Amino acid sequence: MQQEVVLAMLAKEPSHGYQLRARLQQALGPLGDAMNAGQIYVTLARLEKAGLVTAEHSAGLPDRPDRKMYVLTAAGQQRVAGWLTEVSWPRPGLAEFHLKLAATAAARLADPIAIVDAQRRELLRRLRDAQRAAMAEPDRSDAGLLLEGIVLRLQADLRWLEACERNWAGRRSPS
Amino acid sequence: MSDIGSTCMLRARGLRKEFGRDAALVHAVDEVDLDVAAGETVAVMGPSGCGKSTLLHLLGGLDRASGGTLWLHGRRIDQLGEKALARLRRGAIGFVFQAFHLMDELTAVENVELPALLAGRSPRTARRHALGLLDQAGLADRAKFLPSALSGGQRQRAAIARALANDPLVVLADEPTGNLDSAATLEVLRLFESLHVAGQTLIIVTHDSRIAATADRLISMRDGAFVDETRLTGSTTGQLADLAGLEG
Repeated sequence: MQQEVVLAMLAKEPSHGYQLRARLQQALGPLGDAMNAGQIYVTLARLEKAGLVTAEHSAGLPDRPDRKMYVLTAAGQQRVAGWLTEVSWPRPGLAEFHLKLAATAAARLADPIAIVDAQRRELLRRLRDAQRAAMAEPDRSDAGLLLEGIVLRLQADLRWLEACERNWAGRRSPS
Repeated sequence: MSDIGSTCMLRARGLRKEFGRDAALVHAVDEVDLDVAAGETVAVMGPSGCGKSTLLHLLGGLDRASGGTLWLHGRRIDQLGEKALARLRRGAIGFVFQAFHLMDELTAVENVELPALLAGRSPRTARRHALGLLDQAGLADRAKFLPSALSGGQRQRAAIARALANDPLVVLADEPTGNLDSAATLEVLRLFESLHVAGQTLIIVTHDSRIAATADRLISMRDGAFVDETRLTGSTTGQLADLAGLEG
């Protein structure tokens, strides 16, 4: 789990680890299922070591082993503020596929169209899974919004594959 | 040979449609063979002008083929006369269009019951059935609304309800999500899914990869012919979180 995400969740109020975990699961829906239960505690321990959060031992309940209440430090608040203004974005790995097609066509290793087709099937499978998950979410759920993002990106990738197909089909040597 | 095609809901053999003549002859649909099983959802995808809408019109009897044979539920339909064909379109086939084609001056429920009234059902039966269909489409509280008071997604769901008014054997949809945004598309996909679960046979021609991805079978069409067929089997379980940028 990215450290800044956990820090930003603590900006609302000091929280126990299990509370943060519940809020993460709420926002992620089915995508949160794959989350390792211990991960948030690992991240919290690192943040504590880095001086971005402090842990206060609350009285707690005897049946709850998790009695630490985590609080943002001033440095932690600063880190969150900096993170909010960041505009980094995940890089899509288009160049590798593009170069795969170019190299394949140049060396006649295989039919580039067949490679596009196989890739399209894989993306359609992912789209199917994302779409089904989105259809199972209640309207306007936070997790549904995340799934919509996945669906829209996959659609964009599929449209690019169409452009790839047009390009390489046009250049295919007459057989 | 009369019972050929009886094992599937819709069967086409060598279906052709040509426009123009001589040097300007266009093979809009070029020797298409198609078998659609009862309860199956089939998506036909292809670029604009590949002939997919023309194909849908031939399958639904909106247009006549230049050649080939067509069976609906075991009955040969390519040689029907005009009257019989009109009856078939009204009763056995439901159409859904990109631009909805609802009657602006009729309320949602009046639109939905109209095909049943035209088919000779009593007003009371038609109304009861139409209200049930609107309910199924999530529009129970919009029955008395004019189309102009409905959102795009609601209009298309009303149009789908109308397509079901006469309990058709097959629903044919032409770019049903072409005019809809992402959220409205999701509503329509949910409705199609509920029809699929209820056993409705669906053929959808579309650009929309979301429809293609959720269909039982995906057919790719180019220059009037089928060039590829995909059944999306196999899973990508566990990769969704990956796609969202979540580490395992």
